[in-house]
Amino acid sequence: MGLIQIGRHEKDGTPDIVTTTVEKAVNWARKGSLWPITFGLACCAIEMIAAVSSRYDMDRYGAGVFRASPRQSDLMIVAGTVCRRMAPVIRKLYDQMPEPKYVIAMGSCATSGNIYDSYSVVQGVDRFVPVDIYVPGCPPTPEALFDGILKLQERIMLKPVFLKQPDQVKPNLKI
Amino acid sequence: MSLQQLASRLQENFATGFVKAVEWRGDLAVTVTRDRLHEVAQFLHNDPAMDFDYIVHVSSVDWPDDEERFEVVYEFYSIKKRQRIRLKTRVPESDCIVDSLTDLWKGADFMEREVYDMMGIRFRHHPDLRRILLPDDFTEGYPLRKDFPLRGKGWRDTFEFLDETAR
Repeated sequence: MGLIQIGRHEKDGTPDIVTTTVEKAVNWARKGSLWPITFGLACCAIEMIAAVSSRYDMDRYGAGVFRASPRQSDLMIVAGTVCRRMAPVIRKLYDQMPEPKYVIAMGSCATSGNIYDSYSVVQGVDRFVPVDIYVPGCPPTPEALFDGILKLQERIMLKPVFLKQPDQVKPNLKI
Repeated sequence: MSLQQLASRLQENFATGFVKAVEWRGDLAVTVTRDRLHEVAQFLHNDPAMDFDYIVHVSSVDWPDDEERFEVVYEFYSIKKRQRIRLKTRVPESDCIVDSLTDLWKGADFMEREVYDMMGIRFRHHPDLRRILLPDDFTEGYPLRKDFPLRGKGWRDTFEFLDETAR
């Protein structure tokens, strides 16, 4: 966690003084309380639901409190095929989320459109929202989603707290 | 009433509009001409021996090489008599319109709108013929037609809402 422990208790030797930086403490708190917004769009949502269930227990990573409102959440797991008509809704909800906010593109469809190279399917959700982590799979297993969340937590620990984040949006990304 | 009896009754009643009846794996499909479609449907709906009270679906087929390019397919089911029938009619591309059946079955409303949205076949006397799945301002045409490009014409890659929300 990057916390530095110094000092031991006189009697039993347990640590009683912890020194760290504010940045690390804030990031540690942020990564341990990721509240995702419910955003299941297709079959990936089933795996996302399974990830929260007792067998896999996403709450272990502090990321199991799914909110039905963007104003209470800071992580958007876009799970499923994104149709073009859904795109403005996703963008609106993303805009309504308070900073700091993160996006996981779960599965091949949200990442790249998968096999759905059709007129209505957006070829990757990164064309209109900035994506932090791409989770591959069709659909990804709950373990794969956890890997993505752990990777995101690693990234959160590296983020500067007191600097404003540059806008990462790349509209109309040509591939 | 067996499917053969059903088909022959239709043929007797609508000698001029009847094109063909095909039974395949226990399903009866009757093709009629476009101008008699509404009458045949009315007969199927109102006649006590027919009594098709439920409209299962409305769909359409594109046969790009045929002279009468489009085919509108209605499927009806009689809940009381437990029988189903498929009613087909052909439409040329130049005059892409058929009579709406919303006055007989209210449930045809949305399904006919979907056929209009995806295939561009219009329905005469439909109460509210608008696009249903695609946005109202969709200008690229009708995506289920065979000559529509698979990847569309750029709509999926234009995100005009990004300008509205730009900070």
